[in-house]
Amino acid sequence: MEYFVQQLINGITLGSIYGLIAIGYTMVYGIIGMINFAHGDIFMVGAFLALIAFLVLVAIGITAVPLALLLVLLVAMALTALYGWAVERIAYRPLRQSFRLAPLISAIGMSIVLQNYVQVAQGARVKPLPPLVRGGYTLFEGNDFAVRLSNIQIIVVVTTLAAMAGFSYLVARTRLGRNMRACEQDLKMAALSGIDVDRTISLTFVIGAALAAVAGLMFLLYYGVIDFFIGFLAGVKAFTAAVLGGIGSLPGAMLGGILIGLIETMWSAYFSIEYKDVAAFSILIIVLIFLPTGILGRPEVEKV
Amino acid sequence: MPRESEPFQPSALAAALKEAVIAAAVAFGLFGLMVGIKTDQGPTSALVFTTRFDIVGILVAIAFVGRFIFALLHGRARAPFGGVVSRHLGTAAARSAPYAATAFLIFALIVPIVFYSNRYWLDLAILIVTYAMLGFGLNIVVGLAGLLDLGYVAFYAVGAYSYALLAQHFGWSFWICLPMAGILAAFAGILLGFPVLRLRGDYLAIVTLGFGEIIRLILLNWQNLTGGPNGISGVPRPSFFGLPFNSSEHGFAATFGLSYSATHRTVFLYYVILALALLTNWVTLRLRRLPIGRAWEALREDEIACRALGINTTTTKLTAFAIGAMFGGFAGAFFATRQGFISPESFTFSESAFVLAIVVLGGMGSQLGVALAATVMLCAFELLREFDQYRMLVFGAAMVAIMIYRPRGLVSARTPSVFLRGRKDIPPELVAEARTESAA
Repeated sequence: MEYFVQQLINGITLGSIYGLIAIGYTMVYGIIGMINFAHGDIFMVGAFLALIAFLVLVAIGITAVPLALLLVLLVAMALTALYGWAVERIAYRPLRQSFRLAPLISAIGMSIVLQNYVQVAQGARVKPLPPLVRGGYTLFEGNDFAVRLSNIQIIVVVTTLAAMAGFSYLVARTRLGRNMRACEQDLKMAALSGIDVDRTISLTFVIGAALAAVAGLMFLLYYGVIDFFIGFLAGVKAFTAAVLGGIGSLPGAMLGGILIGLIETMWSAYFSIEYKDVAAFSILIIVLIFLPTGILGRPEVEKV
Repeated sequence: MPRESEPFQPSALAAALKEAVIAAAVAFGLFGLMVGIKTDQGPTSALVFTTRFDIVGILVAIAFVGRFIFALLHGRARAPFGGVVSRHLGTAAARSAPYAATAFLIFALIVPIVFYSNRYWLDLAILIVTYAMLGFGLNIVVGLAGLLDLGYVAFYAVGAYSYALLAQHFGWSFWICLPMAGILAAFAGILLGFPVLRLRGDYLAIVTLGFGEIIRLILLNWQNLTGGPNGISGVPRPSFFGLPFNSSEHGFAATFGLSYSATHRTVFLYYVILALALLTNWVTLRLRRLPIGRAWEALREDEIACRALGINTTTTKLTAFAIGAMFGGFAGAFFATRQGFISPESFTFSESAFVLAIVVLGGMGSQLGVALAATVMLCAFELLREFDQYRMLVFGAAMVAIMIYRPRGLVSARTPSVFLRGRKDIPPELVAEARTESAA
């Protein structure tokens, strides 16, 4: 029981990170119907930018952890958003009218570019970061097993909730959010009613990348070590989360993220840690076959 | 428009300058931290950093000058003549294709004679033909049937492990194991095909990617059978129909009265893979004319119309997966016997992406294009060997550039295999897949 609760806590923490990345997939898919294959690598870029920003801050003497974290978060979000914008502008926008698989192939190319760019710029070795946030609470004990909730887990979950709240407000209440929802329903009609579709799509990528940067920083804090290859697996799992929750649905992305985090943690805890990635991939395949609309998604209408 | 024909109007210059400044600012934002600050593990294993702002300066300058020139030459719109030029180029390429193919084939046949004394070039040639064969196999799935398969390397892996395990445990020869490897890979293809039948486009691509990774993870973790990360070593080397390539008196050299040379085996391997690749090519070309091949092409152009015409899309898709996978399995068996050692390391996603890039670069559906693309890409890889770190970067960027400027590939002009009165190019506008399904 204690062990289970502990795994529940770990799973939700991990799931929050996946959920943040999944939003980027689900938004882009909702609007232009493509899988942004490079999104996992945008998350990786975000983690690296956070790491570098942190080192710079320490070098110029800002060592108060809360202030440093806030600054790192802002810098990483801004610069990663710029990456998201640049990727869309360079690799996807010229392909708006191209054949259907073209954007996906271009996205695979972009994913390779980003991975190798970071490898060239920062080296292939893993980057460790000493734990910044220590400590935590022991919730309860029993059977020689203490259920612990660490401060870093609290930070991850609270930050995720804050980012989600801000993002939901943006989509539900602002002009940009309304434009985004209009584009999601019908690009052509949205353009006819005076919405700058290109700009809206760009901003979608920007917001998705900023949320991926938040996830990147959380990943860096939680695991304390990153390398240039973390984007691939995290990306596939976050995509699975988006599909599981129902692609195009924002609460679905978060729900899917938490579920994938829980499944992965429970699988590692009770079955075999070697096959945890097989579990993630199998879930992806099973969901796509038996539940293609996901938990909260709408059925896709096939038009001729 | 007349205004655009006078490029040096001050307003155009100012606009170009503005674009360039923006590009420089963006470049500074992108590269400032990531390139400008290099993190390394210091002596106490804590991270330290060094600054490299000179490189950032160069990159920003490149972005500024590049954007400025681009904006001056083309204005904000994309080049209007680019499409026409590339279409003419495509037609010209298609017209000269038969001659080019013949010349290419003759060259491929005499490679071992020309480069007999040069082991390095022979090895490179074997590699090129192996990838060309993989490209042909994937071309059936992606180019003909239009099913984007991101896990093709899984079949390559199934073929390689089938050969290695069968040959090691049962002592079967290469020529018995080769069809077995093909059959097992085809079964894997059907296994993959069944679940993805209902999926389309992007979803299908992601599921095939998942399948490829699952196979790799199983190979990595099923220690008893596959040796896990250590792989399988001592895979039997090929023999010339029973005559081993060694210096013994029953060896190939002694039997034919030649002096022993290690190159014999390499040349033999080259001809084996060339024969396999040509077989793949020939089968593909013949299949395209059969009803099943036409069904593949119909499926590629428009699945809904295809179903409306009464084509059984289930069997059409399954055969595409199975046949594509079978050739992947053949190539895998060859890979295992050539290397003598296999491990899951050789079957990662980047390998799938590389084969896909060959197909995309060559023009989906074009056999000659795939062969040329395999040659160009592997030669480029060898040339870039000194800049080891940069070659994947270049190759990813090339994939993006091809999609933007020549989405049909370098050679391909899409023509139907079967036609009524006169073969016509299919312009992109007529193809249903050309229109993004934005309404979805």
